[in-house]
Amino acid sequence: MKILVPIKRVVDYNVKVRPKADESGVDLNNVKMAINPFCEIAVEEAVRLKEGGTATEIIAVTVGSSASQEQLRTALALGADRAILVETEIEVEPLAIAKLLKGVVEKESPDLVILGKQAIDGDNNQTSQMLAALTGYAQATFASELKIEGEKAVVTREVDGGLQTISVNLPCIVSTDLRLNEPRYASLPNIMKAKQKPLDVIEAGSLGVDIEPRNKTLKVSPPPVREAGIIVETVDDLVDKLKNEAKVIT
Amino acid sequence: MSILVIAEHDNEEIKASTNNVVTAATNLEGDIHVLVAGSNCSGAKDQAAKISGVARVLVADSPEYEHCLAENIADLIVAISADYSHILSPATTNGKNYMPRVSALLDVAQISDITAIESSDTFERPIYAGNCIATVQNSDSKKVITVRTTAFDAAQNDGSAEVVDLQESHNLGISEFIKEEIAESDRPELTSADVIISGGRGMQNGDNFKILESVADKLGAAIGASRAAVDSGFVPNDYQVGQTGKIVAPNLYIAVGISGAIQHLAGMKDSKVIVAINKDEDAPIFQVADYGLVADLFTAVPELDAKL
Repeated sequence: MKILVPIKRVVDYNVKVRPKADESGVDLNNVKMAINPFCEIAVEEAVRLKEGGTATEIIAVTVGSSASQEQLRTALALGADRAILVETEIEVEPLAIAKLLKGVVEKESPDLVILGKQAIDGDNNQTSQMLAALTGYAQATFASELKIEGEKAVVTREVDGGLQTISVNLPCIVSTDLRLNEPRYASLPNIMKAKQKPLDVIEAGSLGVDIEPRNKTLKVSPPPVREAGIIVETVDDLVDKLKNEAKVIT
Repeated sequence: MSILVIAEHDNEEIKASTNNVVTAATNLEGDIHVLVAGSNCSGAKDQAAKISGVARVLVADSPEYEHCLAENIADLIVAISADYSHILSPATTNGKNYMPRVSALLDVAQISDITAIESSDTFERPIYAGNCIATVQNSDSKKVITVRTTAFDAAQNDGSAEVVDLQESHNLGISEFIKEEIAESDRPELTSADVIISGGRGMQNGDNFKILESVADKLGAAIGASRAAVDSGFVPNDYQVGQTGKIVAPNLYIAVGISGAIQHLAGMKDSKVIVAINKDEDAPIFQVADYGLVADLFTAVPELDAKL
């Protein structure tokens, strides 16, 4: 079984991002970049399927600028066999990413595509579902458990009320939720080995799809600021404030 | 052109999130139609017809829609999409599942998780865990939108819409429902509760959540949790409040033993009043709390319980 794992380069999850002073965008000067946490879970799941003998090859792919090679190397250090960068300088939207990934799916014919449910920059939660639509494959989003059973994937999904288990035909698109696994750290020898693994670069234009943005960001502003609160000394004070000041309990 | 709202329901009942989305839709121009796609869903259909502001309820009642499988629902929505300028759903796990599939099939972008409508093509939405609010203008001919339900009040239930049965069958047969483990609870749902009490890593184990339950019973509150508490197995995944879990905005949010990571704050900082109980006075949760109590939760929470 061949697994394709699309990943994304994003601002590190520990960074508190702010808008630029002129509200023209997000201030990303000198911020630490990393592989999106949900994508890391996707890579880990693919590696486990390979270690368990289900998968034979793992291909990590990303759409972005040449700087994204850094995150592909991370995926290779975690256990992907080879990597593909679909290179573009345009800030691509999920629909465009899905179209480009469809091009990669057509070239590589994976049996399974695993990707993060959401990138923590745009918080869109769209790409996996869109890729499923464009390829005509079934989708199993927000996975907390994944089992391959013959020609099907059995996936337990995190839904609002609890858990839902579905069975989808392969090939299929799976998006990862937080409880699917706990990703490993890349070991130093594996980081060194990753430098020797193949990383192909494809020009986004060569895939012949429309990637022009449909959304224009008019401004990026800070969220409303909460007024500073107070520290109460005792539980009695707290109950008193909630009853008589905030009036949220009776 | 009209506006299509996709109802969130469990076949028997409409979920309140549908009412929030109808209110969002009233900010746009056009009749509001609500699609109820389910199986044996006459209960949900009847309730949808009562939502104020709704002109027409479209019902697709067929076994293939019973469990809201994205492939079938998306094909159904696309099949009836021609007359609509806007298609809206709540940003629930169902809406997040089928709506991007709808937009890709229509070859339009999706605008996720909107919190305000400025005009028919311009919307506000939080990005970077709510640390920035983007104002986005969309150029597609049809707008496919998921709505952050906490940003819009729920529409009332004193309307009487006409009901139209659809004869649409869409079963791709590539996915199949197997089972569901849905927690049964007498407490209010997290996303529509007036009061929420949430526990974090400081709770130490699942048994200790009992002390929150007692307070929740007195306040009529829902119980939530931080990611740390869910990852540690203290409580199930559906308790999680945060950037990628549930977004909540109750009148009162009590955070117990929660440090306040950016990702948790993203899910609850629009609450009207926030209380934090934590023994670490430097915990970031105190920066968003209206009332902070620096104390050991295992003495403070039982004391709070006794005094309510």
